[in-house]
Amino acid sequence: MKISVKAWVKTGQPWVWLTAGAVALNVIMVAGLLLLIAVRGLGHFWPADILAAGYIEQDGSLSQVVGEIADTKKDPASQLREAGISVPEGVELVRRDLLKVGNRDLSGSDFRWVLETGLQGVSYPEQLFVAERREWGNFYGYLRQLKQQDETVGSFESGEDAAAYEQLWSELQRRIERAEEISAKIKVIEKHEIGAVNAQFERLRLKTRRLQLSDSLTPADQADIAAARAALDLQYQGMQQRLVELYTQIGRDSLVAEVADGQRLEIPLSKIVHAYRPNAMSWLQKVLFYGAKLWEFMTDEPREANTEGGVFPAIFGTVMMVLLMAILVTPFGIIAAVYLREYAKQGPVTRLIRIAVNNLAGVPSIVYGVFGLGFFIYFLGGNIDQLFFAEALPAPTLGTPGLMWASLTLALLTLPVVIVATEEGLARIPRSLREGSLALGATKAETLWKVVLPMASPAMMTGVILAVARAAGEVAPLMLVGVVKLAPSLPLDGNYPFIHLDQKFMHLGFHIYDVGFQSPNVEAARPLVYATALLLVVVIVLLNLSAVAIRNRLREKYKALEH
Amino acid sequence: MTVCNSFVISGRYSKGLHDLVGPSAMNTSETLLMTSTTTSTTTSASISTTTAVPHPAPDLHFDTPAAKRLRRYRRFKDRLASVSVGMGGMSVIIAIMLIFIYLMYEVMPLFHAAKINPWQHQGQVVAPYARPGSDAPTWYLTAEEQAEVGLRVDTLGQAHFFDTRSGALLQQQSVGAEGSEPVAFALGSEALRSFALANADGSLTYAQHQYRVSYPNDVRHISPYIEYPYADADLQLAPQLGVVSQLAVRDSEERLLAVALDATGTLMATRFAKQINFITEEVEISSEHAAIAIDTRGVQQLLISPDARWLFVTRRSGGLTAVDLQEFSAPVVHPALQVTRGEITRTEFLLGGTSLLISDSLGVTQQWFLVRDAYNAYQLTRIRSFSDPTPTAVVALTTEHRRKGFVVAEQNGEVSLYSSTAHNRVLTQQLTEQGVAQIAMAPRANALLLEDGAGMISLWQVDNEHPEVSWSSLWQEVWYEGYDRPDYVWQSSASNDDFEPKYSLAPLAFGTLKAAFYAMLLATPLAICGAIYTAYFMAPALRTKIKPFIELMEALPTVILGFLAGLWLAPFIEDQLTSVFALLTLVPLGVLLFAYLWHNLPKSIRLQVPEGWDALLLIPVILLLSWLCLPLGEGIETWFFGGDMRGFITHDLGISFDQRNALVVGIAMGFAVIPTIFSITEDAIFSVPQSLSNGSLALGATPWQTLVGVVLPTASPAIFSAVMIGMGRAVGETMIVLMATGNTPIMDMNLFEGMRTLAANIAVEMPEAEVASSHFRILFLAALVLFSFTFVVNTVAELIRQRLRRKYGSL
Repeated sequence: MKISVKAWVKTGQPWVWLTAGAVALNVIMVAGLLLLIAVRGLGHFWPADILAAGYIEQDGSLSQVVGEIADTKKDPASQLREAGISVPEGVELVRRDLLKVGNRDLSGSDFRWVLETGLQGVSYPEQLFVAERREWGNFYGYLRQLKQQDETVGSFESGEDAAAYEQLWSELQRRIERAEEISAKIKVIEKHEIGAVNAQFERLRLKTRRLQLSDSLTPADQADIAAARAALDLQYQGMQQRLVELYTQIGRDSLVAEVADGQRLEIPLSKIVHAYRPNAMSWLQKVLFYGAKLWEFMTDEPREANTEGGVFPAIFGTVMMVLLMAILVTPFGIIAAVYLREYAKQGPVTRLIRIAVNNLAGVPSIVYGVFGLGFFIYFLGGNIDQLFFAEALPAPTLGTPGLMWASLTLALLTLPVVIVATEEGLARIPRSLREGSLALGATKAETLWKVVLPMASPAMMTGVILAVARAAGEVAPLMLVGVVKLAPSLPLDGNYPFIHLDQKFMHLGFHIYDVGFQSPNVEAARPLVYATALLLVVVIVLLNLSAVAIRNRLREKYKALEH
Repeated sequence: MTVCNSFVISGRYSKGLHDLVGPSAMNTSETLLMTSTTTSTTTSASISTTTAVPHPAPDLHFDTPAAKRLRRYRRFKDRLASVSVGMGGMSVIIAIMLIFIYLMYEVMPLFHAAKINPWQHQGQVVAPYARPGSDAPTWYLTAEEQAEVGLRVDTLGQAHFFDTRSGALLQQQSVGAEGSEPVAFALGSEALRSFALANADGSLTYAQHQYRVSYPNDVRHISPYIEYPYADADLQLAPQLGVVSQLAVRDSEERLLAVALDATGTLMATRFAKQINFITEEVEISSEHAAIAIDTRGVQQLLISPDARWLFVTRRSGGLTAVDLQEFSAPVVHPALQVTRGEITRTEFLLGGTSLLISDSLGVTQQWFLVRDAYNAYQLTRIRSFSDPTPTAVVALTTEHRRKGFVVAEQNGEVSLYSSTAHNRVLTQQLTEQGVAQIAMAPRANALLLEDGAGMISLWQVDNEHPEVSWSSLWQEVWYEGYDRPDYVWQSSASNDDFEPKYSLAPLAFGTLKAAFYAMLLATPLAICGAIYTAYFMAPALRTKIKPFIELMEALPTVILGFLAGLWLAPFIEDQLTSVFALLTLVPLGVLLFAYLWHNLPKSIRLQVPEGWDALLLIPVILLLSWLCLPLGEGIETWFFGGDMRGFITHDLGISFDQRNALVVGIAMGFAVIPTIFSITEDAIFSVPQSLSNGSLALGATPWQTLVGVVLPTASPAIFSAVMIGMGRAVGETMIVLMATGNTPIMDMNLFEGMRTLAANIAVEMPEAEVASSHFRILFLAALVLFSFTFVVNTVAELIRQRLRRKYGSL
């Protein structure tokens, strides 16, 4: 049965199909976006094989390249020829590979493009290894020597027995492990112990200043403070000494490695985080390694200006900020919703307020940031400093962007979300239930507390979860009220008063912006940004899905009551 | 026994119940209680009928002290709950209002009128005092940073430092060598605190007034002194000159240029160069002279530009001549211009020395500067003129030291404050009846010294925080210094101090609307069409999956969209520009083609796909089309654009192309807006009563006709409000724009160039803005504009939606 085009258009079917196309396109866009982030984000941790090959440079000379393929492009041969690059006849498209060659300290950049046509004798030698370093990015090369205080403890030259290489390799692993243990000890001293002593020093300084300001600094106080300071000094010196010892220990070993062009480089083991040989790994080993890298990403601190290592401080900062925000926003949002729905006289004013609250959800988040900066930080914070933290002035305590103000600003931003969700929940509770409770003689407060609120609690949960999801993804206001690219310490630690509400913090969303756009080595950091983005998306999608699930359950639950 | 038990239970129950019930509800609850006890008796009575006599109601007392206490407690709790919920609710609502109020509060000072009041010192108004020191007329009056110490240089060459609050003379010294007879005065620069005197013997004294601030016993003490940057060296003007009548100087660190006019009309320029001998540290001065041939009759003032290139000569008769001194020995005299029909009375450089301010006897002050024309030649151009409502001859003119503002005093004793950039008369106030001889502005522009015609000096407090902000400077074209025409420019800061801040919100507002426009261009059709299909044609089972899936996008952090747009999409589009455009045209065509073919398939195949699931069929189709578009785009690029569409756009079409452009922003932000519009539209279409469309279908309309004729008109107000809300979101979006554009504040609708939006501008500049400065407050103003815009748009949308809901709620 053939339909003419004219008749078909007349039925209106083409338009219906176009609208169907719009839906399909929307779905493709969402799915594609999620897929893109997932693939790029998860791919980053996979230990890709390292390629070793000869490469004919543009001037015709042969050089050796070693690296992993990071990206691939196809160029029309004509375009390359125009650019003066020789391409064999008869080739239409030429593949171009972006190799991550590492060794930034030797070659100056982490990446280089190579043409497929120039590669010769591509191989994946098992002896090639990758070292993740604390500075200068990854190292790619062959292990040649192990040294202990400038004395060679093991060596291997190409052409020798492969078993010797294995032996040297396992010796290297043992020594890296040892260096890692010492480095963990150093970290404990530097970050925690010295940090604690510094915090005590600062408290003493503030105490002195406070006493000075109130004109009550007696010689006895001074003596006390001096004694405390001396004791701290002693502690500090002890730590210094231990640190010096540890540093000598960690500096004991080093390795000598050969890079692609035959140069040799000595790397102290203290600078190496991991060393691994992806070409020699089995499938299972790779999976295990992948898991370990993923774990490291979630639990470790960033290295090299945030372009390597993990994002733990950012996760921690985000969670802290969001928790504080939830603690602030939940009671206020619920009280406001209860007031609007249960206590306020329903009329045009309430309706207007309801519309206003509804619309605040649509006010640009940056406006909240501006408000937070101006009102909370400069006005409230500045005045609080004058009143309570005068001893620290002119250095501001609360009059500067920090965790507390960020949470407060985001609480204000997400308030409409909680109010709207809670109100919706309250509205869904059938009148008959309230009337029943009142008829039994319960007061309004009792009805509210015993009947209404428990029934509305899933709605409140939904609201809070949605608020948390929104807050976790919001970046623009945070840039004004307290987020930093690198916070020296977590806002929660062992030093009095344990939660540092005045501290600045790191945030996953801002981390993405900062590393992706402000970092000196964007190309190298990009996979990490994808991974961070994936993490954030997963958290937010999960939060939202749970909110939707709770809402649906709630709707089902009260559907029966409505009839 | 059991009866007894049951009574105990019911008694306890009734007591509990009575505790719960307030006294007013007592009667009803008592009857209720009676029935409940009876039922419980009958059930238990069936077991032991022997004792089944009608049992009297238990003796219950509701007014025991304990019950009263409990009732009072419960009433108290209830009231407490009401009060605290009321207070909590109100405070939350007030907190929300606070945003608006606070933004207003920060912005208001921008529009506060300036004020001039007599200076208050230690609670006392400072009374006018006779000019300190000699009785000779004043050449120059000025004050130091704190406006505590004033300086008066008189015609005898004496510098008198005095306390500005009391008029007490602090220090007096003669400028230059003892016995030199000064004959002419020239102001060097207010910023350098420098001035020069020409002496009768043909020598030149160049001096700076300096202040040393110390804090003995925590009290500020300012000690003034005079410094000679060219040491004691003998600065000799050109020997051809007689007694100098007019003088101009300009110091540029190592060089000093002086131009002097003598009574006979000879105009000579002298250039002094300073060299410091490294060994002896002696200062050596070399000088060269050049004659400037120009009509010198009736010269009112000579002025030299800061780069020492231009000499401006004004004549009392209203003429203005620019002389180009680039070739020092051969000055080029530009044609004279007639500036005014009146008489020029005062001439001064505005801060930075780019603009000339020329005041005349008609009470008008004009701003002129050199504008580069199409042939790269400089032309003196009148930029703006200023006057007050009651103009009389201008007798004194002084400029602010740190802003592009100036103060004019007129014959009638009126003093006016102006801002040049904003073309704004900030204030006019009559300060004296005696006429004005001299005025001086303190460096912080917070104090004004005024010497009246009778030689009395008064000190005034000036409150003029934000003169550079006016309606015209924010929203209209402004002719900024150094520009060849009026323009909309946002440039809030620069490295040098005499920079003219350019606070035009127009390019930012334009950028905001541009970004929103392109985003809406993509989002509106996609979201509305998608919503139509999902709500009206899609199978319910599929709808419950698809709708939350698309709505999930709304929760996606915009920082992720921005990051992908900036780092993935922007390079991709630059690379595959042709494919992207091919995709935009091919996808709808391909979908239609597929649909037509599908309809021509035999029924047995078509019916395999149930009604309302056909959108799923299109997913592989679109994917296939996109996959085809990549090579196709490359092909088109090679055939039509020489393999490089980007190059074609820039070179052949002459359209500039940024990698991060409006197209990228449009796609990324469209992405962020789609779920908002989709969700509201879908709800609206879905809630159109079934009876309406059933009626239409029953009358024989096709589903599409029903949709267009019945469903869409019904839902149209809600669709409109969805678009409005979507636009509100696009306007306020920060991170996407911040990351996916170059953030250049340009006014150009070009799809291939970026923009800077209000929101992104706040995010970029707010952390660096100085608190309470004009810049800071203008950023608050930008936030207020954003807030008000989105609030109004959303409120209108919400009202429309509510109205619709009421209208169709009954159907």
